[in-house]
Amino acid sequence: MYTNIVELKGVSKCFGDYKALETIDLTIQNGEFITLLGPSGCGKTTILRLISGLEKPDTGHIFINGQDVTDWPPEHRHLNMVFQSYALFPHMTVFENIAFGLRCRKIAKNEIVERVEEILRIVKLTKLAQRKPDQLSGGQQQRVAIARAVVNRPLVLLLDEPLSALDYNLRKDMQVELKQLQRKLGVTFVFVTHDQEEALSMSDRVAVMNEGHIEQLGTPRDVYEEPANLYVAEFIGETNVFETKVIRSDKQTVEVKVEDKRFTFKNKRGLKTRQEVCVTVRPEDLAVWRQEEVGEVSDDMLPGKVEQVIYKGSIVELVVRLESNKRIYATEFFNEDDEKLDYQIGERVWVNWIPGWEVILPV
Amino acid sequence: MKKFTKQIYPSFVYLFLYLPILIVIIFSFNDASRSLIWKGFTLKWYFELFHDSGMLTVAAHSIIIGILAASLASSIGTITAVSLFRYRFFGKNLLHGLLFVMIVTPEIVIGISLLLLYSATNVPLGFWSLLLAHTTLCIPFAAITVYSRITSLDKSIFEAARDLGASDFVIFSKIIVPLLLPAIVAAWLLSFTLSLDDVITSYFVSGPGFAILPLKVYAMVRLGIKPEINALCTLLLIGTLLLVVAAQVALKKNEKVGE
Amino acid sequence: MGELDSGVGGYFAGMKNNSSFKKICVTVVWSWLFIFAMVPVLLTLITSFLTADSSSLVVFKPTLQNYTQLFNSAYLKILLQSLYLATSCTLLCLIIGYPFAFTIARSKSRHRALLLLLVMIPFWTSSLIRTYAIMALIKAKGILNTVLLAIGLIHHPLPILYSYSAVLLGCVYDLLPFMILPLYGNIEKLNPDLLEAAQDLGAGKIRTMVKVVFPLTMPGIIAGTLLVFLPAMTMFYIPVLLGGAKNLLLGNLIENQFLSANNWPMGAAISMLITVFMGAMILLYWRNAQSKDKQNLQELV
Repeated sequence: MYTNIVELKGVSKCFGDYKALETIDLTIQNGEFITLLGPSGCGKTTILRLISGLEKPDTGHIFINGQDVTDWPPEHRHLNMVFQSYALFPHMTVFENIAFGLRCRKIAKNEIVERVEEILRIVKLTKLAQRKPDQLSGGQQQRVAIARAVVNRPLVLLLDEPLSALDYNLRKDMQVELKQLQRKLGVTFVFVTHDQEEALSMSDRVAVMNEGHIEQLGTPRDVYEEPANLYVAEFIGETNVFETKVIRSDKQTVEVKVEDKRFTFKNKRGLKTRQEVCVTVRPEDLAVWRQEEVGEVSDDMLPGKVEQVIYKGSIVELVVRLESNKRIYATEFFNEDDEKLDYQIGERVWVNWIPGWEVILPV
Repeated sequence: MKKFTKQIYPSFVYLFLYLPILIVIIFSFNDASRSLIWKGFTLKWYFELFHDSGMLTVAAHSIIIGILAASLASSIGTITAVSLFRYRFFGKNLLHGLLFVMIVTPEIVIGISLLLLYSATNVPLGFWSLLLAHTTLCIPFAAITVYSRITSLDKSIFEAARDLGASDFVIFSKIIVPLLLPAIVAAWLLSFTLSLDDVITSYFVSGPGFAILPLKVYAMVRLGIKPEINALCTLLLIGTLLLVVAAQVALKKNEKVGE
Repeated sequence: MGELDSGVGGYFAGMKNNSSFKKICVTVVWSWLFIFAMVPVLLTLITSFLTADSSSLVVFKPTLQNYTQLFNSAYLKILLQSLYLATSCTLLCLIIGYPFAFTIARSKSRHRALLLLLVMIPFWTSSLIRTYAIMALIKAKGILNTVLLAIGLIHHPLPILYSYSAVLLGCVYDLLPFMILPLYGNIEKLNPDLLEAAQDLGAGKIRTMVKVVFPLTMPGIIAGTLLVFLPAMTMFYIPVLLGGAKNLLLGNLIENQFLSANNWPMGAAISMLITVFMGAMILLYWRNAQSKDKQNLQELV
């Protein structure tokens, strides 16, 4: 078994005039849960279909378990796919659906029964084995689709937005279940979604995609806290963006002006003087101070007015209009010792953040 | 005015479509040999029909041709639909166009062109010439009936089967045929109807050795009025009605499966 | 849903796949249609350029005579007569069928299936039997005359049968469902919001019809015309049964040439003439139908 279970080298794909995938390289490690995340039409499903063999790349090579499978048909690749619509065979029972792949591979009857029953136990569907797909709930159908794929013991399981048809609560449950299943089976999962929350909560690594190329590949924490560029920063979670220019820089520090105040930050990305940059700060990293809380206004505080207060149970979202007329978002958490979060609209406030929590990105 | 367009006008059109048929059906039970005046209910025309051994042979011929032609046409129609849906091959667009053209081609054109084919290849006019002609006539209708259903199926079902290692033949026999069975049955029923009713093409490609029902009806209608003709037409009309309704029911059923 | 990159191309739209199953399917289908649909038409075309012969039906002597003969006054008269009848029949079917199709396409959806089925049954029913039914209705001692005499509207049976009107009536009766079904298919697809939008923008009812509804249902109108016009010219038993010998149409002409006059090349030439007509109408249809509507005829079944 190779550690790099799937490798895409210089792979690209067009559909007619439409460039679905720019030339990309991607390495997927054995046993990991990797997510391809991006908006509609970013090429994530194309990557999945290229790996599965349902599409052929225009250029480049695809390796699975060390072998060049670029010209192999899907049935020889030893991977299985879970489709967005589940694609269960409506005329077969749950059992027959799951056994289908094994029967196609001409596996002995008693082994088929054994393996199907085992997987039915794992996905907790033993009692429903004789039902037809239309007699199952959405979540159950989902589990059949996954069982039907994993019963073949694929090297890699490809999942194409498998949770998007489920309602919110069920989706949450299935996220947990899927992750547990993946750990239990130890199979590599390649998961496609446009839901960033789903991607962050389940994956070992996330590939953020945009217009046919990969913007960033990293752990959920990396892409969230250290976005490679503005696209990733804005696509994953919300963020406040201050466009500005570097006033002065050296190897360690960089000086920029935000809202007419000078800040000196760490120069993590080798920014140069006069370079156009964006200073981004996540709403939850912003602290909002009321008039009575600030004894003395320190240099890093940006003055503004509360424009809107959105109560969301455990948090309060504030929309603050700064003096430059720029609108920013801040999220404040309720905690025991901070009983007063009742901001008034129009109230004068100060906003700052702990230095180092900002991310400065070149434009 | 609104009521006129909504109810009265359509009723008139339906009356126009069905009144003549109803008259034939009613008079097949009339106990009078020539007059149109109602002389009481009778089944004697039906009895005469069933005691006419010539008639029974002819009916048997038609049913045999119908069953065989419908079976051939629905099989070929199904693989045509599947090929058009799943494969890319030489002349695919041409095939699409050809099926369309075959549906709108006047039957007389098909009839004489097949007659020319048979005479050029020395195929005697009779059973085989009729069977091949009827099958050809039905193929485009069968293909389109199945095709319009196959396109309504979720494409990823076939991809999933492929992904699970099914060969083309397994996908065809284990997935497509079971899923489309109602549509294939509908195609069969409609083909059988077409074969049973076909006059024009049969007129050119049948021989004296193998008489079939529609031509018998034509001869009877042309030569003069034997009241049995009403009974025969009634039976054929009811037969068609049942077949068409059954085909529609089958298609409706398939819609549910396709969801 | 609607992922741009999921719906296009793919294994099933035809990535290279040369399984033997595919080869068998394509071969069977193409061989059958080639032998029984394309070769026969080719034979008709060839025959139409050959010479008739009393002993062996056709001799291999190329000639254009069969086509030039079409312009003889006798043939020309039949041709014009057929065109006239087919045109009147098509127009009548359109006039009767359009409002009808419009009404059932706009009726409540739970009634619609039944209403449509009631049109479909005559569509699939033998037109010969239905022609016979019309014959029973209008003959001298037929039901129509009997009723009219009985209620005293007329004193002598009307001689409807064996007249031009009878043939026209028979054609309209036989072919009306062939006009209604494609029209219905098109009108049903019409978005009702569109009509409301047009009226909302100040278009009157008639204007909406002329400027919005007709152009959008044009593929249906042409498909219906295709299915009515050509059979109207070629259904030889309608003139025979309803028109006596008086109303000779192209269909009868072909039948005569093949089965009585034994002039096959002439019959083939007339058949080619009809085929050319058909080709022109199909081209018109394909031009009018948007690519997605190309399978319009599918809705017939």
